[in-house]
Amino acid sequence: MIEVQAQNLFCERDAKVLFDGLNFCARGGEIWQVVGPNGAGKTTLLRIIAGLFQFYEGELGWKGIERGANSPLLYLGHRAGLREELTAIENLSWLAALHDQSQENIPLALEAVGLAGYDTVAVADMSAGQKRRVALARLWLPGKQVWILDEPFTALDKDGVALIEQRLREFAQEGGLVIYTSHHKVDATSEQIMLGTFKEQKQ
Amino acid sequence: MSLLLACLRREWLISIRRPSELVNAWFFFVVVVSLFPLAIAPREETLQSMASGVLWVAALLAVLLSIESLFRDDEASGVLEQLLVAPQEMIWVVLAKLSVHWLLIGFPLVLVSPVLAYMLQLPPEILPAVAYSLALGTPSLVIIGAIGAALTVGLQRGGVLLALLILPLYVPVLIFGAGAIQRAMAGDDISGVLAVLGAILALTLSVGPWAIVQGLKISTGD
Repeated sequence: MIEVQAQNLFCERDAKVLFDGLNFCARGGEIWQVVGPNGAGKTTLLRIIAGLFQFYEGELGWKGIERGANSPLLYLGHRAGLREELTAIENLSWLAALHDQSQENIPLALEAVGLAGYDTVAVADMSAGQKRRVALARLWLPGKQVWILDEPFTALDKDGVALIEQRLREFAQEGGLVIYTSHHKVDATSEQIMLGTFKEQKQ
Repeated sequence: MSLLLACLRREWLISIRRPSELVNAWFFFVVVVSLFPLAIAPREETLQSMASGVLWVAALLAVLLSIESLFRDDEASGVLEQLLVAPQEMIWVVLAKLSVHWLLIGFPLVLVSPVLAYMLQLPPEILPAVAYSLALGTPSLVIIGAIGAALTVGLQRGGVLLALLILPLYVPVLIFGAGAIQRAMAGDDISGVLAVLGAILALTLSVGPWAIVQGLKISTGD
């Protein structure tokens, strides 16, 4: 069972306390939504969980997975990690190689996000929504147990949002853990981490 | 191993799909060297005496110009973040970047240098020394430059800082590189100077990639 547990997380940025005494315990099979107004520290929290931001206090412990050699963690930031000069397949096959994922699922993944037939189109020539779909096609590549998604629904059309929601629910049913930021609730049962309320409580 | 191949393929594709950056560096080298005889009297002895310096300074600046963009687009598109969360070692990605960058920027400079040296009135028997010194020196320039590029990648307009950081480290390569050509012209044996250039390359190659990885971690991990 995968589990990530945060105890008394404290983070301060630009002399503003983003959160203090933040506790949560997220387990495999759950979908966690990080909510809060703009600038509340949603992205910072995701970067802390993904191990990209070290300037915080408190404890963040993982159970059931090993960080490092075979990291089962997928992080999608709002910068998608795609090079515009390359096609969708070239981008994904390099990312898959980087994450020790098999190459053979890439065409299926692109088909799943509705980008079959875009083999020769460079990412630079795609629309914002299509670029987002290329990045999200990685959700169809197996081998990951924790998804950390920063605003995954940005620029997607209604069908795209429904498709990704469906995929997140499937993944949680298979025992995966999803932590995402959005103003959009995927599932009535998904858990929430509220940010930005800390300061108001103090006043 | 398959990761290294995947990285090499990716860097190659990215570079050849943006030919303007490559042509910039080649063009800079050729134009700077060819303008010198026009600006200074094209007398044989004048040109010969300054040829080694002109060739090496132009090559050094061409590499410096091209190195700034080495990690810039990867940082801007979020690829560096993906590298940091990925389970694989970043060293393979860095090695692939350095190899392809040298192959497409450094190596063409080496290939064209004998022609430019001949244009600067260097005798034909000196031309191999010119190519050898650049072939051993430019990889070091690329690796040292990449360390600076990795450290300054998160900064807006890090260009001047990059130059300040790495120009002092370029000086030994410049001295021995230009020195090799001067010794060849004096009729001395250049194997000693080339050996020093090779030693500098061995040092940068063994330490540089790890320094680059650490630099990228510092710049991206805020």
